[in-house]
Amino acid sequence: MANLKTTTTLFFVLFLIAMTSLPSITLCDENLIESTCRKTPNFNLCVQSLKAFPGSASADVRGLGLIMVKVMQSKANDAINKIRELQRSGPSPALTSCASKYNAIVVGDIPEANEAFSKGMPKFAENGANDAANEATFCENGFNGRSPLTQQNNAMRDVAAITAAIARQLL
Amino acid sequence: MGGIKDDVGHVPLLEAEEEEEGWRPLRLRGSYLGIFGSIVFLVSMAALIIYQGHDYYDEAKIENKGNNNNNYNKVPRGVAEGVSAKSNSFLSETTPSYNWTNAMLSWQRTAFHFQPERNWMNDPNGPLFHKGWYHLFYQYNPFSAVWGNITWGHAVSRDLIHWLYLPEAIVRDMWFDINGAWSGSATLLPGGEIVMLYTGYTDQQVQVQNLAYPADASDPLLLNWVKYAKNPVMVPPPGIGPHDFRDPTTAWFGPDNKWTLTLGSMVNDSGLSLVYKTTDFINYELNDHFLHIVPGTGMWECVDFYPVSINGSVGLDTSANGPGVKHVLKASLDDTKLDYYAIGTYFIENDTWIPDDPDLDVGIGLRLDYGKYYASKTFYDQNKQRRVLWGWINESDSEVADITKGWASLQTIPRTVLYDKKTGTNLLQWPVEEIESLRLSSHELKELLVKPGTVVPLHIGPATQLDIFVEFEIELLESEGIVNNVEGCGVGAVERSAFGPFGILAIANDELSELTPIYFRLSNYGNGTSTTTTTTTSTSFCVDETRSSKAPDVSKLVFGSKVSVLSDEKLSLRVLVDHSIIESFAQGGRTVISSRVYPTEAIYGAARLFLFNNATDINIKASLKIWQLNSAFIRPFPFHNTQ
Repeated sequence: MANLKTTTTLFFVLFLIAMTSLPSITLCDENLIESTCRKTPNFNLCVQSLKAFPGSASADVRGLGLIMVKVMQSKANDAINKIRELQRSGPSPALTSCASKYNAIVVGDIPEANEAFSKGMPKFAENGANDAANEATFCENGFNGRSPLTQQNNAMRDVAAITAAIARQLL
Repeated sequence: MGGIKDDVGHVPLLEAEEEEEGWRPLRLRGSYLGIFGSIVFLVSMAALIIYQGHDYYDEAKIENKGNNNNNYNKVPRGVAEGVSAKSNSFLSETTPSYNWTNAMLSWQRTAFHFQPERNWMNDPNGPLFHKGWYHLFYQYNPFSAVWGNITWGHAVSRDLIHWLYLPEAIVRDMWFDINGAWSGSATLLPGGEIVMLYTGYTDQQVQVQNLAYPADASDPLLLNWVKYAKNPVMVPPPGIGPHDFRDPTTAWFGPDNKWTLTLGSMVNDSGLSLVYKTTDFINYELNDHFLHIVPGTGMWECVDFYPVSINGSVGLDTSANGPGVKHVLKASLDDTKLDYYAIGTYFIENDTWIPDDPDLDVGIGLRLDYGKYYASKTFYDQNKQRRVLWGWINESDSEVADITKGWASLQTIPRTVLYDKKTGTNLLQWPVEEIESLRLSSHELKELLVKPGTVVPLHIGPATQLDIFVEFEIELLESEGIVNNVEGCGVGAVERSAFGPFGILAIANDELSELTPIYFRLSNYGNGTSTTTTTTTSTSFCVDETRSSKAPDVSKLVFGSKVSVLSDEKLSLRVLVDHSIIESFAQGGRTVISSRVYPTEAIYGAARLFLFNNATDINIKASLKIWQLNSAFIRPFPFHNTQ
């Protein structure tokens, strides 16, 4: 009887230890996303954006950066589509200016950031991402407060800021 | 959670569940333990989840050390001694962009600084002199005005000023450089052979060092290059990350009859310089200790290591050594995008180096250039026995503008480098004398008086391509009370103090709505040399970009540093103005600042040059010699002509 008591106690203690250590094992890859996102300006958006991509759970920080560049690409496309739609109903200098800004993002910043993350030169990824954020800000400010692209510009800027912060972690 | 806690007291529930055999005697105690254990487990799980959900970005407080490009219209407080503002801060909510016209953008292209016809350039690579030609290679993107697809561009010149473009020298066509033909250096062997070592980024995403050599060494233009078939010759050693291994230096020959070279890396955020030895440039041995390491400086890129003569009169071959020789170690810091150097002693017996002053060690002390400047590299010019320094000057505008104008980045005018034997603590940099071949007409102005708070226009004709020499004399005025004694660069030239700022206004228009002050500010001033024993005067040398342009989408910072002024010296300044780049040299090159400016109005015929004195307690007398500089007509090599 005493033996059984000890064994059972032992069993429960071991079970307890196993249970408390289990989370840290199963959440290992998720930890990288979260620890990386902690060092960006928008933790929630970062985690949400990354987790939406299937490969993110097993990616390293560089891989997470590459995923964020894809997210930037998608936000840029959203903005471009919206700009085109708006231009159909009434072109304006501000819209034209935005079009050129987003063109630069798609033609310059995103390829630069993509190549820089792929090729282990994070400082150029930071450059490209920072510039993309700036271009979105310029586009927004060109409307003097009455911007029809606020949602798209904010999305672009927020996502680019996260990407730049991930690049900085690789320096 | 709450549910389980409620169940703790609910013994009857558990009792009711467990009607199984064989457990009855222990069941109660065991089940309490089990329940307790589950509670602890669940509470700890909850804590884990909550903790990880926190956004610690504010806590982490990433230092604002990032892309200079983004400090638009914001001058951080206290940008002074040697610290260029490094801010990742995003634009203010109301910053609009600017409608750049073609005229404004075209004006930005330089007349006599090296830049490719179009697209992106960064680090200078493998500079050398061979059979009558100076060669410059450079990191180049053949497709776009942003970084990417990097290959080696190539150009040649007779005189380091008039460059002719050649076809690309090294392209990314082997597995060992397919992802990047990055920076490297040339070593000239005694027999006349040329060996080029460069960093390749492989198809396996690893940084390696590769060997290349001219296909035909008798070709003065070194048009074609061959890559060693069994590249790479160096791969990241144990303990060094696959992305922390690049930019091999020129090798030097030692008493051990081996060639030694170094390249930068990092371990645990300490920047360091690895040492390799070779006899054939194919097989290398890694030394077990570093040339040098400095904690907290991060990755060292573009390491440069070379001897200087303490007599300070000629440059030295990279293999020179002996009494009367000190060694300079230089690194480009990846984290801060700044170039640092230190002077010290090379112990060739064990290939280590220590700085003369540990407080001015690599990465924490002196910078080669206090402005927009990176990835610099020297070479020994055996033609004129001088050590020549190249430096990469990036753009400070937006990438939209770069893509619109179709190009980005410049190289500095090559500079000679000498040990400053008067101070013994720093180098002197000076534009190569060949720049004088660009001089057209000149103006000489002697002892122009500039009173406090005044601006004096200089009538010298066009003001976008100039070589300016100025000397200043100071006249202390009687004053009723000394104004606040601002030290350092302050927030710029608008900030007045007793003994500064004063200097010149370059790329300025008549209305002074756009201007770039280049100035001195003294902390103190006495009537004669005797005062230096009672009060210490510090002199700051600065370039203020904050009003260089009305456009808000360009970076406009105040750059500067202290500069030593010896008691027998006048304050002197040399400035090269070339459209959107200004290179400023104080005290014969003791402190140098490179600056990019993107004016919208002070362009073409509207650009002017002024003297100014914004100090409160001193008059300034300036003597100037100003040359108009011609274009260098940098263009493709005229292959269809005979040479």
